[in-house]
Amino acid sequence: MFAKSFRIAFAGVVAGVAGLAGAALAQTDIKPAIVYDAGGKFDKSFNEGVFNGAERFRKETGIAFRDFEPTSETQMEQALRRFARDGHSPIIAVGFSQASAVAKVAAEFPQIKFTLIDGASQLPNVQSVSFKEHEGSYLVGVAAAKASKTGKLGFVGGMDIALIRRFACGYVLGAKSVNPSVEVFQNMTGSTREAWNDPVKGAELAKSQIDRGADVVYHAAGGTGAGVLRAAADAGKLGIGVDSNQNGLHPGKVLTSMLKRVDVAAYSSFKAARDGTWKPGSTVLGLKEEGVDWALDDNNKPLITPEISAAVDKARADIVGGTVTVHDYIADNKCPG
Amino acid sequence: MDLQALAVILDSALRLSVPLLCACLAGLWSEKSGVVDIGLEGKMLIAAFAAAAGAHASGSALIGLAAGIGASVAFSLVHGFAAISQRGNQIVSGVAINMLAAGLSAIVGNAWYGQGGRTPSLEGDARFGDIALPGADAFAAVPVVGPLFREVVSGHALPAYLAFLAVPLTWFVLARTRFGLRLRAVGEKPAAVDTAGISVPLLRYAAVIICGVLCGIGGAYLAVAQAAAFLPNMTAGKGFIALAALIFAKWRAWPALGACLLFGLLDAGAIRLQGVSLPLIGPVPVQAIQALPYVLTVILLAGFIGRAVPPAASGVPYVKER
Repeated sequence: MFAKSFRIAFAGVVAGVAGLAGAALAQTDIKPAIVYDAGGKFDKSFNEGVFNGAERFRKETGIAFRDFEPTSETQMEQALRRFARDGHSPIIAVGFSQASAVAKVAAEFPQIKFTLIDGASQLPNVQSVSFKEHEGSYLVGVAAAKASKTGKLGFVGGMDIALIRRFACGYVLGAKSVNPSVEVFQNMTGSTREAWNDPVKGAELAKSQIDRGADVVYHAAGGTGAGVLRAAADAGKLGIGVDSNQNGLHPGKVLTSMLKRVDVAAYSSFKAARDGTWKPGSTVLGLKEEGVDWALDDNNKPLITPEISAAVDKARADIVGGTVTVHDYIADNKCPG
Repeated sequence: MDLQALAVILDSALRLSVPLLCACLAGLWSEKSGVVDIGLEGKMLIAAFAAAAGAHASGSALIGLAAGIGASVAFSLVHGFAAISQRGNQIVSGVAINMLAAGLSAIVGNAWYGQGGRTPSLEGDARFGDIALPGADAFAAVPVVGPLFREVVSGHALPAYLAFLAVPLTWFVLARTRFGLRLRAVGEKPAAVDTAGISVPLLRYAAVIICGVLCGIGGAYLAVAQAAAFLPNMTAGKGFIALAALIFAKWRAWPALGACLLFGLLDAGAIRLQGVSLPLIGPVPVQAIQALPYVLTVILLAGFIGRAVPPAASGVPYVKER
């Protein structure tokens, strides 16, 4: 834990120093930049995934990137415009909440490349990447239902939006595919952007679900999720991480993590821009494209019984093969069953 | 609703009301002595930061608590110096404290740990664990009272018990001791206290320091017990809600406990009621449930508490007539 935080802190310092040094050199090459979402760069989840991908690019190519953590919605647009005016390209905008800001700024700066993560855009200079979170959530739902002893599961979402309901819906469907009588308690942290960064509330929500009998709690709540996983670990129950691999936050207490490869999205956007292969348009990454997955490593190996991994592997094969289609909440704003 | 569900809500309400209670009692002490303090929020915030940083550096939650109290008292003394010694505007000084705490904690946090103002998360002894009160398991067999005692009263962290202990203590000292009488007098009619040959500034400073200690406990509870790290702006307006609770309680200790528990209960209820179908209404939208505490606060404050009269000299710097 400490080693990890130190590593992150160190990486941050390195990035800062490199950012200063790289500013002069960057004119001959691409000048990438990132504007994060509300949870902040070090949320150990969604935004940190993007940061890790960008770091990988920086280590491989030596090209530094600029980044910015907005503290309000209005700052997102300002930051995008500032980066665009300074000639940064490509600019990665992280999170659905930047969609309208990107649409506006991208129209003003047609020569700048934008990559929008978790959103869709038709502009000629915008590449949008979204994920089939319902498929990844289905897999962890299968694992959760297999690991649960009480037949009761929990889900804590961040902001109450359709995207997060999509996580919830996939999770419920996955769990029900294993055990049709499973009960899933669902809570949303809030309806404002603060909901992405409220671990105290997240812990309270998880505790209330655990007190009602849930023994596996999945979160899709960015920085709020730290509180969810901690509450589950404190109570001796299992948490499920999201976006980044969070198995190491509480080794042995995090069943698995639903990986959403935003790191890959960030890395490939930068890399494509450098290689001259960057293309606008929207991409949707699912299980088949390895855009989502579940996390298996040394931290959770003892928790994953052969039965669980067999069930998850089967579910994955079914989805990739097309025999099972996971319902997408966003398609009709409904979750069957 | 069965007993288990009720216990869960009450338990959660208790946890959520602790920071409010600390700040509310802190405001009570300060305002009873005639120093208006809207810097409760800032003091809790800086205390939360200092507590998290202290606990992280030392690996001990108690040292974190001490660091939190220290930071909060230091800010209190700044407010005291401006309000008491310099006879400055107490509202302005309080606002300054809030802004200073919000900025300082984030900037120092970022400089030290480089995680956007967060502190690294605390593990093991660096956090306050839950304390099981003696007898919690022994009485568990007693119907109704037993489980309620075990689930609700027992199993909280040390600062939570300190906060609840502060309620009778505050009441006793203010209502039954000579120091308390003088302190109240200083908030009502400082000239009379001065005439009796007692130092007004000294009493006010004492009150402000007690206020700092209580805010420190509240802040430490937030960062080191309820959460496991400091996050920028983690107090999220609790200091201001505590001020509302203080007015609601008409500057009295026991009603302050009641008001804070009520706010905590509304918060806990909002969490528990999410996604539950209510009879006749059906499932209630998250937003409506989450607005409930605020709506009720407005209604209660607007019409149901009668006249709330603050201490006569609160907010007025004392100038000795010569």
